[in-house]
Amino acid sequence: MAMEDEEGVMSTGERLIYMANQIARNLASEGGERSAEMVADHIRSFWDPSMRQRIVALAADRPNALSPIAAAAVRRIAAA
Amino acid sequence: MGFTRETDHGTLPALATGANVTLTIDGEHVTLPEGTSIMRAASLTGTAIPKLCASDNLESFGSCRLCLVEVEGRNGYPASCTTPIAEGMVVRTQTERLKELRRGVMELYISDHPLDCLTCAANGDCELQNQAGAVGLRDVRYGYDGATNMGQPKDQSNPYFDFDPSKCIVCSRCVRACDEVQGTFALTIEGLGFGSKVAASQDDAFLASECVSCGACVQACPTASLIEKKVVETGTPDRSVITTCAYCGVGCTFRAEMRGEELVRMVPWKDGKANHGHSCVKGRFAWGYAQHKERILHPMIRTSITEPWREVSWDEAIVHTASEFRRIQEKYGRLAVGGITSSRCTNEETFLVQKLVRQGFGNNNVDTCARVCHSPTGYGLKTTFGTSAGTQDFDSVMQSDVILVIGANPTDAHPVFGSRMKQRLRQGAKLIVIDPRRTDLVRSPHVEAEHHLPLRPGTNVAMLTAMAHVIVTEELYDEAFIRERCDWDEFQDWADFVSEAARSPEAIEPLTGVRAEDVRGAARLYATGGNGAIYYGLGVTEHSQGSSTVMAIANLAMATGNIGREGVGVNPLRGQNNVQGACDMGSFPHEFSGYRHVSDDATRAMFEAAWGVKLDHEPGLRIPNMLDAATDGTFKALFIQGEDILQSDPNTHHVAAGLAAMECVVVQDLFLNETANYAHVFLPGSTFLEKDGTFTNAERRIQRVRKVMAPLNGQADWEIVQLVANAMGLGWSYSHPSEIMDEIAALTPTFAGVHYDRLDAEGSLQWPANDAAPGGTPTMHIDGFARGKGKFIVTDYIPTDEKTGPRFPLLLTTGRILSHYNVGAQTRRTANTAWHPEDRLEIHPADAENRGIKDGDWVGLKSRAGETTLRAQITERVAPGVVYTTFHHPDTQANVITTDYSDWATNCPEYKVTAVQVGLSNGPSDWQEDYADHARQSRRIAPLEAAE
Repeated sequence: MAMEDEEGVMSTGERLIYMANQIARNLASEGGERSAEMVADHIRSFWDPSMRQRIVALAADRPNALSPIAAAAVRRIAAA
Repeated sequence: MGFTRETDHGTLPALATGANVTLTIDGEHVTLPEGTSIMRAASLTGTAIPKLCASDNLESFGSCRLCLVEVEGRNGYPASCTTPIAEGMVVRTQTERLKELRRGVMELYISDHPLDCLTCAANGDCELQNQAGAVGLRDVRYGYDGATNMGQPKDQSNPYFDFDPSKCIVCSRCVRACDEVQGTFALTIEGLGFGSKVAASQDDAFLASECVSCGACVQACPTASLIEKKVVETGTPDRSVITTCAYCGVGCTFRAEMRGEELVRMVPWKDGKANHGHSCVKGRFAWGYAQHKERILHPMIRTSITEPWREVSWDEAIVHTASEFRRIQEKYGRLAVGGITSSRCTNEETFLVQKLVRQGFGNNNVDTCARVCHSPTGYGLKTTFGTSAGTQDFDSVMQSDVILVIGANPTDAHPVFGSRMKQRLRQGAKLIVIDPRRTDLVRSPHVEAEHHLPLRPGTNVAMLTAMAHVIVTEELYDEAFIRERCDWDEFQDWADFVSEAARSPEAIEPLTGVRAEDVRGAARLYATGGNGAIYYGLGVTEHSQGSSTVMAIANLAMATGNIGREGVGVNPLRGQNNVQGACDMGSFPHEFSGYRHVSDDATRAMFEAAWGVKLDHEPGLRIPNMLDAATDGTFKALFIQGEDILQSDPNTHHVAAGLAAMECVVVQDLFLNETANYAHVFLPGSTFLEKDGTFTNAERRIQRVRKVMAPLNGQADWEIVQLVANAMGLGWSYSHPSEIMDEIAALTPTFAGVHYDRLDAEGSLQWPANDAAPGGTPTMHIDGFARGKGKFIVTDYIPTDEKTGPRFPLLLTTGRILSHYNVGAQTRRTANTAWHPEDRLEIHPADAENRGIKDGDWVGLKSRAGETTLRAQITERVAPGVVYTTFHHPDTQANVITTDYSDWATNCPEYKVTAVQVGLSNGPSDWQEDYADHARQSRRIAPLEAAE
């Protein structure tokens, strides 16, 4: 195994989906619309534009990959 | 500055009662606080009473009998160190009888002391010698023919100091310093009478004893009995400069004592407000790396990481760097480059790197090593309190009644503060430790935790929420505080959440592995035990719920009213010397200095006006995002100042892959670190001894770093960044770091009052320091939270996705050890390796036995991310099912094992929870062998071509 080989490492796309779902899980206790807005705010505040564009594209390509809250948040980002 | 010893007033200041006493000393009327000793009173008014066993950082002892005085109306000759002043007292410090008595005492001391002053290393810097002069000793009547303690063998086992018992006068200062200041209790006086002698542990050699080599004993010794090896080699210093340590976030200040350009020793400065004259083995002794032979002093470049390095001139290196970044931006776009600032560098240097990125690169792709340590502190405390910093100064702990330490090991990682905390615990404060490991604080001499909650790694949020459950359901919260200082509706929402039965200590016991009864006891103690202070470290932040844990801590403090006064608060123990400062200076990709988001138009307009460019209003990439983008082919160049991401960041394979995918990696550092194996440009950095600037410690204290010698590499780090900036056409013209601080102050409201003249005059300032708080802010949120109302946040426990299972049944957690610092680049190049030559894997006896592992065996440590080998240390410090190691040695590379899971809010890596398997091993893993070979190849430096 060379220095740079990466077994068991998520691809960037998988990681972005994981991160969005993870944020959604941690903000889920607010409930429904409020949670989705908080997740969207979080992503707008901390993700650079290329990451946001990519999660929007991933949500379109893989509609089942995101949790309902994460998906709702990404829809808000896409609509902005 | 010339060389003078710091004044020693002989005894501690009196405990403040507010009452004063007037007395007469040698005919002078003086008024001083009640409880002051005669010795201290005399010293404060200019009279130095002879003394040997007294020192103003130790309790009065009264053994040497040299400090005798006469007090009118009292019989005998009381010791001035143990006699408090009294109203109307008349004291005489120098009479014929006193002179006679003192000479007699000194004569006895000298009768058993070698008379080799001219060749003694302490000649000219010896209290015994000075006091012999002060009492006018001219003769020793007893001769030297009788029995003496002279001629005993020296203990030279400690790499930094020698112990010569022949020169010991058994004054007990070293023993008391070890007990009272350091709190280790490693030294004792063994034997009785003439045979009494100083002994380490059970009369062991110092190196083999419990001594932690903090240097307090050496500093306390009034003779050359305990003396720094460097003084023996070099001679006594002839000048000193006050500066700030470059190791941990305690921020100890030191007198760098010099002889010419040579550093003789670092002596902790008594006026240092963070350390009050104490130190640890790193700051006191482990500075030899600054002159280590492996330090790189000339810039180097190469076109490929498979080539050897080529030494070049500064001009060539700087022009090459600037042109590569411009080339890459032209080819791949403005956003294809970025930078990393260093928590080891000064505020001014950090500010310049983020300015280079924002102004010069035209993006916000800047991040810092706080990403992998305290970024959740930034997020959590800003969300709940409104600002990203600890709430107290270190002295606050002396007012605490209950100290809750969670996920921190201060006696190893923040040792000088750890000693101070132990002082308070010995005075009677109660201690709660929440940690998977039985750290030294849990039980050490004269310190024992009331509650140790050895929770399963990854369950911090469940534990803190269960404590909140107890506080709310048993109505132990401070309703008046909450109604006044917080949003009552938000509190009620939170209270409803934590009150649910599913969050009770009984319900979470299967998750945490901690008995519900203990959790209830700890919660009750914290809520009702008086001033409750929480101290936490990376065992809180480096989790997938690091930010949630910080907010859960803030919730507890608000609910119990433990915020806004001395003795309480929420206190992150920062890892690196300037990690607080690096965060303050705008090192994060979403924030300018002072924690203002890049999307804030007014803030951006201020920076745009000052810097003359349009600034990006979008957040940039964090370090892990940069590495992801690099492996995706969209991120191509990285400027790294003072940071070794290959060793310090998680999942080494992924970091290596990201770095290898870039076209230009610039490393500015002291040594060819592990990251430099993937670099194309190496810019040699300067040490903290070689530059001016400021560091900001964990208590928001901004302190001066002062140049004590010329930089061996020829440039201070801020000068190097300025050269790069100007090669990119930015037109910077700083002639001194003070001008950079002036710019920081002009652009950062919390730093508005911070200027070098004030720092020089006052020693330090704690931000916010501005018109609203001209003297700085030792305690935050006194009258209200920075955000207005304190915000309760519901913190639902979300278990980590890093699960144990049949393949990886154990949980690995990582941490630090006293003698080493982070990736060890500095401390591994000092004699500190005597204590910790390698990383070891701590494993519980039951887990070891199941695997046939004996203490010292080589074991393989494997996770889904990678595999390494190291030797096992069998210990009950860790619970069954948990293993632990440090990450100080690149040969081990603990981060080959750690995964890419991270905190949900900040991407701070989940270093503290990795599912692993451990088994016997025959030797290094394939990866270790490959890496060692790769590192050797990568560090080749081509010989210089002969000039024609």
